[in-house]
Amino acid sequence: MILVNNDTKLVVQGITGGEGSFHTAKMLEYGTQVVAGVTPGKGGQKTEAGIPIFNTVKEARDATQANTSVIFVPPPFAADAIMEAVDAELDLVICITEGIPTSDMVKVHEYMAGKKTRMVGPNCPGVISPGAAKIGIMPGFIHQQGKVGVISRSGTLTYEAVHQLSSRGIGQSTCIGIGGDPIIGSNFIDLLTLFNEDEGTDAVVMIGEIGGTAEEEAAAWAQKNFTKPIVAFIAGTTAPPGRRMGHAGAIISGGKGTASDKIAALKAAGIAVSESPAGIGELMEAILNK
Amino acid sequence: MNIHEYQAKEIFRKYNVPVPNGGVAFSAEEALSVAKSLDSNIFVVKAQIHAGGRGKAGGVKIAKNLDEVTLYANEILGKTLVTHQTGPAGKKVGRLLIEEGIDIARELYMGIVLDRQTGQFVFMVSVEGGMEIEKVAAESPEKIIKEWIEPGLGLQAFQARKLAYALGLEGVQVKQAVKFMFALWNAFNASDASLVEINPLVVTGSGDVMALDAKMNFDDNALYRHKDILEYRDLSEEEPSEVEASKYNLNYIKLDGNVGCMVNGAGLAMGTMDIIKLYGGEPANFLDVGGVANPETVANGFRIIMSDPNVKAVLINIFGGIVRCDRVAMGIIQALEQVKVDVPLVVRLAGTNAGEGAKLLADSDMDFIVATSLAEAAEKVTAAIKE
Repeated sequence: MILVNNDTKLVVQGITGGEGSFHTAKMLEYGTQVVAGVTPGKGGQKTEAGIPIFNTVKEARDATQANTSVIFVPPPFAADAIMEAVDAELDLVICITEGIPTSDMVKVHEYMAGKKTRMVGPNCPGVISPGAAKIGIMPGFIHQQGKVGVISRSGTLTYEAVHQLSSRGIGQSTCIGIGGDPIIGSNFIDLLTLFNEDEGTDAVVMIGEIGGTAEEEAAAWAQKNFTKPIVAFIAGTTAPPGRRMGHAGAIISGGKGTASDKIAALKAAGIAVSESPAGIGELMEAILNK
Repeated sequence: MNIHEYQAKEIFRKYNVPVPNGGVAFSAEEALSVAKSLDSNIFVVKAQIHAGGRGKAGGVKIAKNLDEVTLYANEILGKTLVTHQTGPAGKKVGRLLIEEGIDIARELYMGIVLDRQTGQFVFMVSVEGGMEIEKVAAESPEKIIKEWIEPGLGLQAFQARKLAYALGLEGVQVKQAVKFMFALWNAFNASDASLVEINPLVVTGSGDVMALDAKMNFDDNALYRHKDILEYRDLSEEEPSEVEASKYNLNYIKLDGNVGCMVNGAGLAMGTMDIIKLYGGEPANFLDVGGVANPETVANGFRIIMSDPNVKAVLINIFGGIVRCDRVAMGIIQALEQVKVDVPLVVRLAGTNAGEGAKLLADSDMDFIVATSLAEAAEKVTAAIKE
């Protein structure tokens, strides 16, 4: 597994909000070590489940040794929340918030350069290492412990792929939703690098979508560097150009970012591509049985 | 969000980006009065639609006198322009921009856009003005010169000079262009634009640098802090059903096919469209109902989908994670009491309580075609169309 494991100690930024409190309960239920929450102005209080609340991430980290943060803060304040987690020198910050202005993320991207913290998201379902820790909003029960890694730009489409894997008895090492925005903290290559070195991962499912060129870059990188099999799916073959398909990053603009370009690049790199979103599990099964 | 050229030029003026004198007109009479107010004996009548390629489609005319302004205004207003960006249906012209004619010595290109790879905004110029920039980028990328903007620092003078010299500008024009670029960066940065394009940027006969055209797009996520820009939204440029959907906070995009779809999550919604096509159908829409598929959102989703007369069948594909499938099933049943859906309805529920959900649908007295897998759902909905 990568990124999150049994040693993950989580601080929830925005723990007293609707989303934050709901998903904190779900994460605790799954067995995730939620050690602290942060809501400015509510420091010193405790949640119903007894999780201590702090005013700042730094205080939370100092008091609880939290090493990972998850962010449920509303979009106007989310960029600031990310930078606060980076300033507190956490190992990992996972930002769930959807709808953060791009110009805010440009600043966050700059702020993070050279700092130790890694970011996943924003606009993502989070990260889960089945059986160890669930951080985010994904349904825990569809996952199974195992040796296939999943990296995806989508939320529910990831669940669909995981469901196809689990129902074939193929468990997962770690599943990461990298987010649907144009600027994200960790891209396919960052995570393929970790999966490459992870002994607990034998193969990877990569789910991309229209917009940008991240899949093409990952394909070229994987061909040279990645030693394990990859099964890929690209969503948006039927998406019209110039329209934002829900995700801020899912848009074909200036003739770039089409599904067919991405599929061609992946295939050229020797990566198995499922034509159908319903065929991801089947294709992985066939490759693992080879 | 997109805006019109004349609106982009209003923003340009506010930030001292030089543009030709002119104004918007909604009728031939207004066009004439705008023309009269301009100190010029040659005028440009430009159709205002949210698409490029207007010139080739007959939406831009040079008028040599006031009579011709009226003539062209009458000709273009109400006309449907079909360009490479409008789709085959084209767009009807409801507004004109009337401008003074400009003596053009050189046509250049300038733009600012987000570079997703570096996470920075990038300033681009090219001497290939007036051309389709996508074509230039594909065929001769070396002709597009770029400078990346450091967040926090903004555009630097040396960068602007580099770009100005790359455009082959000389002497006083370099100073003008540098000033122009600073003004443009300010306009872009202050309004949370996601794209600005000036094609062509011109050098006039008297040597001035000026934005002959102006295109601006804005980051939807940042509009909450730009109420003034939100007022530029022209609903007549948008698909009525999409405007309706946005009122319910539904993410809907109308397409040309006949299989309506309702899905939770943008990626799965795209994947569902793709699989419909793979099984020989054509998706009628993209619709992401989001995380909560309650009776109200499902009913609104049905209303939007069924407002499209092309829809011959509907596929609901919900992956229940946090949202429970039995609740979704109840939502669908309740929604159908409010909205009439008189085409075959295929429902696929997966994830949390999927079995209970399927049972509720089967036990109801409504006619559902229930599918368990995504492939089965696609197969059933495309079969329903063919019947």
